[in-house]
Amino acid sequence: MRDVAVVSFAQAPSVRADQLRNEVEILMPVVAEALGRSGISKHEIGFTCSGSSDYLAGQPFSFVMALDAVGAWPPMAESHVEMDGAWALYEAWARLQHGDIDSALVYAFGKSSMGDIAELLTLQLDPYSVVPLWPDAVSVAALQARAMLDGGHHSERDMAAVAARSRRDAASNPNAQVRTPLDEAAALAEPCIVSPLREHDCPPVSDGAAAIVLAAGERARQACARPAWIRGIDHRIEPASLGARDLATSQSAALAARHAGALGGAFDVAEIHAPFTHQELILRDALGLGDRATAMNPSGGALVANPVMVAGLIRIGEAAQRIIDGRARRALAHATSGPCLQQNLVCVLEAD
Amino acid sequence: MTTADADPRQATPLTAPHMLEYEYTRSVGPVIGRFFGALQERRVVGVRTAGGRGLVPPQEYDPESGEPVGDFVDVASAGVVTTWAWVHAPRPKHPLQRPFAWALVQLDGADTAMLHAVDAGDESRMSTGMRVRIRWSAETHGDIHDIACFEPEDAR
Amino acid sequence: MSEQVYGIKVPIRLDYTYVVGTAPARFLRGLAQGKIVGQRCPSCAKVYVPPRGSCPTCGVPTRDDVALSDKGIVTTFCVVNIPFAGSAVKAPYVSASVLLDGADIPLFHLLQEVATEDVRMGMRVEAVWVPNDELQPSMNSIRYFRPTGEPDAPFESFKEHL
Ligand SMILES: [Zn+2]
Repeated sequence: MRDVAVVSFAQAPSVRADQLRNEVEILMPVVAEALGRSGISKHEIGFTCSGSSDYLAGQPFSFVMALDAVGAWPPMAESHVEMDGAWALYEAWARLQHGDIDSALVYAFGKSSMGDIAELLTLQLDPYSVVPLWPDAVSVAALQARAMLDGGHHSERDMAAVAARSRRDAASNPNAQVRTPLDEAAALAEPCIVSPLREHDCPPVSDGAAAIVLAAGERARQACARPAWIRGIDHRIEPASLGARDLATSQSAALAARHAGALGGAFDVAEIHAPFTHQELILRDALGLGDRATAMNPSGGALVANPVMVAGLIRIGEAAQRIIDGRARRALAHATSGPCLQQNLVCVLEAD
Repeated sequence: MTTADADPRQATPLTAPHMLEYEYTRSVGPVIGRFFGALQERRVVGVRTAGGRGLVPPQEYDPESGEPVGDFVDVASAGVVTTWAWVHAPRPKHPLQRPFAWALVQLDGADTAMLHAVDAGDESRMSTGMRVRIRWSAETHGDIHDIACFEPEDAR
Repeated sequence: MSEQVYGIKVPIRLDYTYVVGTAPARFLRGLAQGKIVGQRCPSCAKVYVPPRGSCPTCGVPTRDDVALSDKGIVTTFCVVNIPFAGSAVKAPYVSASVLLDGADIPLFHLLQEVATEDVRMGMRVEAVWVPNDELQPSMNSIRYFRPTGEPDAPFESFKEHL
């Protein structure tokens, strides 16, 4: 394997609704900042890959228009995934393994505010026997939360503790959107939205964008004093049918972690993409994190800023940034996609 | 020539309503087509995998092995709730317009569970492991709406 | 044995509140005043209309507004002979790429008040606006373009903008 590293990361602050800027206008400064920090010009970048969903904009091929933020001239080598940007990063990492290029730009964007994101996510379910019933994303997540609670290993109190810790961490993250502190006891006394989920168990609706520059070998060392080397990366998916899965566990996350080499050793930081509180508990079990991670989601995670299609890439960026800054030596990043943690990506990052 | 506002936040938003609407006609294929055909007659059929698991709703391929599935099997129109979620405020697109539960229901004779609504009246009547049965729609058309919802088996 | 179902109807409806963005908003608000506003790229100096906020070749923000003429050149066009569902215009009609004077990218619009067989590349055209009290922040503020009667522009003058 060729050594590939995250050499720079930039993100737009997550907001409830950016009513002034379109996707291109949100993305442009983010891409410029990531490229600027790496010192690698857009003309040198060997491959560009993005992650987004046209349904968010309600406009087919909206990802093609997002290229206006990069300036696709002279014609460039580009690809797109209709997935979280973390999977675009995986594609770029794989592309860099070919050996003929030394750098790649990865970006992701999403404006969940323009539509009804909970209903829009219904469309990722079985189109024959599930979509016609329109179960929304919160309802589907609640089915998983109940399955986890029925398992008896985690409680609603544990879920509230995840929310409270995320809010505390959000206070020192300028890009976070939900920073109001959470009183766990008071929060647990609140009524449920869809039982057993309360408001604090659910992610905010967010608009955002993020960009990462990857570079290989010597080029990474030139671009960054302390590159965040990708030592392992893997992703796994489970069947689409919710009723054919064990929702209380995440076997795909566990398998991805094993193949990414994430099951051994300690991590200074873990950035886990869990839009719902119970999902962090399931993922912590699946990844075997226990007390192996010193800092758990120090950014506050997707519970305090959840730009859909971007939040997974942000996890990799946040984890990598801590290595680049010298605050961490070894980090674990995770991204999820699909209903009830259907698909999971695990990435192990290390300093030299 | 003028210059755009230095701080775009000082501008006022310009927005427009936009509606995306399609009436997809989906080809369902021989397996799901058989499932919907049975629903129209107020019966439920699934498929048996090579390993002997009963899939309801049926799928063309075994999600575990990827092998084509075998025979169709009749299953009961009642079963057990494997997990559920109580909706306090139904959305306009939801199948019931009063508080209800979403549930994964494993019908007797099936090894997988199907997602649908349970009209239980009150959250206190819901529990994992409870028995529910299908409430059929007054008219059936050969799609998932032929099942109006599930109801607790002890309901009148 | 039960009937086989072959297809099902699955209606999908999603509602959005579309945000046009900073630069397109300036263009649309211009239309509401009977003006056409483009934006110039600070890097390559090309003028885009409608502006989308970036130069798609340089990938940098466009910030400077440029007031454009409502007259221009037909760079290319097509004749629509078959009406499509919901079309408000009677076929046959002409859809044209109009390069406004001062712009570097053509605008798509309808061409009227001319026989379809008389439309030519290089033809000089002008916008026909709705009455002042019907102006709105929408492309509909321009009803269509029509020939000005001026001499055609030579091909060399717009060949870079096709
Ligand atoms: Zn330019």
